[in-house]
Amino acid sequence: MLDKDLLKVLYIDLTKRKFWIENREDLFSKYIGGSGVAINLLNEECPKGIDPFHPDNPIIFAVGPLTGLFPLCSKTVAMFKSPLTGNLGESHAGGRSAISIRMAGYGAIVIKGSSDEPIYLSIHNNKVDFKLASGIWGVRSSYTVGRILREREKGEGIRTIMRIGKAGEKLVRYASVITETYRHFGRLGLGAVFGSKKLKAIVVSGKKPIPVKDPIAYKKLYDEIFKEAVESPIMKKYHELGTAENVLPLNKIGGLPTKNLNKAFFEDAEYISGEYLAKNFLGRRIACSHCPVACIHLAALREPYEDEPYFFKTTMISYDYELIYSLGSMLGISDTSNLLKIIDEVEIQGLDAISTGVVLAWATEAYEKGLINKEHTLGLDFKWGNVENYIEAIRNIVNQTNDFYEALAKGVVYTSNKYGGKDFALAFGGNEMPGYHTGPAGYLGFITGARHSHLDSAGYSYDQKNIGKKMEAKEIAEYCFNEESWRQILSSLVICFFARGIYKPNIVSEALKISGYDFSEEDLNKISEEILKKKYQFKFREGFSIDKFHIPKRIFETLSPHGLINEEILNEAINLYMKRVSFE
Amino acid sequence: MSIAIAEKIFKKISVIDSERCVGCQSCMFACARRFGRGGLSKSTILAKSIGGVERGYTVIVCRACPDPPCAKVCPTGAIIRRKYGVLVNASKCIACKHCVEECPFGAVFWDDETNKPAICVHCGYCVDYCPYNVIKMEEVK
Repeated sequence: MLDKDLLKVLYIDLTKRKFWIENREDLFSKYIGGSGVAINLLNEECPKGIDPFHPDNPIIFAVGPLTGLFPLCSKTVAMFKSPLTGNLGESHAGGRSAISIRMAGYGAIVIKGSSDEPIYLSIHNNKVDFKLASGIWGVRSSYTVGRILREREKGEGIRTIMRIGKAGEKLVRYASVITETYRHFGRLGLGAVFGSKKLKAIVVSGKKPIPVKDPIAYKKLYDEIFKEAVESPIMKKYHELGTAENVLPLNKIGGLPTKNLNKAFFEDAEYISGEYLAKNFLGRRIACSHCPVACIHLAALREPYEDEPYFFKTTMISYDYELIYSLGSMLGISDTSNLLKIIDEVEIQGLDAISTGVVLAWATEAYEKGLINKEHTLGLDFKWGNVENYIEAIRNIVNQTNDFYEALAKGVVYTSNKYGGKDFALAFGGNEMPGYHTGPAGYLGFITGARHSHLDSAGYSYDQKNIGKKMEAKEIAEYCFNEESWRQILSSLVICFFARGIYKPNIVSEALKISGYDFSEEDLNKISEEILKKKYQFKFREGFSIDKFHIPKRIFETLSPHGLINEEILNEAINLYMKRVSFE
Repeated sequence: MSIAIAEKIFKKISVIDSERCVGCQSCMFACARRFGRGGLSKSTILAKSIGGVERGYTVIVCRACPDPPCAKVCPTGAIIRRKYGVLVNASKCIACKHCVEECPFGAVFWDDETNKPAICVHCGYCVDYCPYNVIKMEEVK
């Protein structure tokens, strides 16, 4: 028997200001939750070929059967049609989002339609209110929006407050949705879809119980998993330095994209490293709901006011590896305070950090090469490391102050199509690249992954494990396929990928039994491939084709830990991978 | 009844240093898990931010006041004083919520399933699940 609340899908129609609940046991019993359920709901709700800003583009949030039951199963999967890529939009976030949705009594939320004025949704248990948001629309900082909603809404400690910043309101195609101030549905532009619906925020809270099949077995397995989460060396890196720990090792092997990937080694990496940040700036560590690891690292940046002596402001700024890459090494920023300042601006505006950094890195190189000039930049001198100009540029992108910044707000592919420089526009499938110039497996993942994300198949990890070895196309493709498949199960259970070493297939199968499922490891393999198949079917339906896929030349020109990336092997691996995901 | 058994333990939960709290909610889920279920329904401990997570957390749980206001305002005598803390006698409770309003810490929680107050019984189950030594059991003197 599955928990009846998990099976509930909350449907919200913003146009009609209506909501209703449907029992979707058909989906949850077969596709578990998270990605598996969300892709099915997306297929049901998203009309073929629709403009991502059309009211009919749905926003889907899904959590899983282990959410609220076991630790580290606290991610929410969002699905939508991406305004950045015009294809599958899938983004995951932690914070309190997943626990709050499950505790309010839902397995998924589907938001359709569009409001004619700014609103926010207030969902407490089975009560849904459509509340006016015109008063907070256009507020300069996303932090302020969070504070106001905190004070207005109930559910302290157990609620999620998902909100967009100005970037989402202004439809920047890579605007994020911020949750609990420091976690994000960052990638692929969910924030802009919120903006297009005039949806400023969603508050969710609840306190439901979750029944289990065998309480004694439940407590026993819980203790095993909890012990692993707290003591296991595989969680140590996230626990201590956080993902920023990756900076120095990646730089050492020459895999840290630097200055728009003109290099993959940053001479000042030390100053943006996890070690340096922890020693000099780390002010607090916090956790997502129901996760003892606490990987969220907040730096305390103390800045003096210039006009008033002995007057300071101290800002808490969250840092992670991807932000350090995109807004640090990619832009040649080697001063730690400057790095934190630009991260803070991205947070204030509500942008995806990776896309923002890659867009600015392209602009800097295009400026150097004379493809654009001060007329385009409105007088800003784009220079590596010049943080004041970058911060000004970010504001211009959000406000789309002229044609050039309007283009930048549509992403690096759009901009380079217009102004040239496609060979160094670092995006795959329309999505700006993550921070791994590690070798062919990493790129295979960016190119073929359903979300064009490093998290799809983690080829970057395979590259790093095989330095010094010759990698065959077949083994790369096989590794990535198996990884992307298995990750469908993890993301259907909304298990944090950081905990993938704890939630091995046997543990997953056991945990599922406790929540009322009876899936063998073999069943799980079948389900994983079916979910993946459905994702690619959606992609193909929306026009994804490997034949017209553009790979920026730059990736073949810069030395990686595997030497220059072999185009032939990469192409062969791509072909092999595409055969696997066409499921013929 | 259970008062006599409980009095032999002479220990209560204490929040040692809420600055160390990361807001992971492990204590909250542990509290609810005592009853062999997941979720948060009967949880009597809460980690909430102090005006945004950037400022850190405060941990809300019964402090076992020597002279508990929740018991004082209960019109039906449903909240029974112990040497430390209180016990709720649900059969006497009329769900007036005076206890909720009177607790200055907000440590009288509400159980929506039974529509009765839920107050920490100082069993200490949650303490083992705090990885950061925010809470511990202390002897009542």
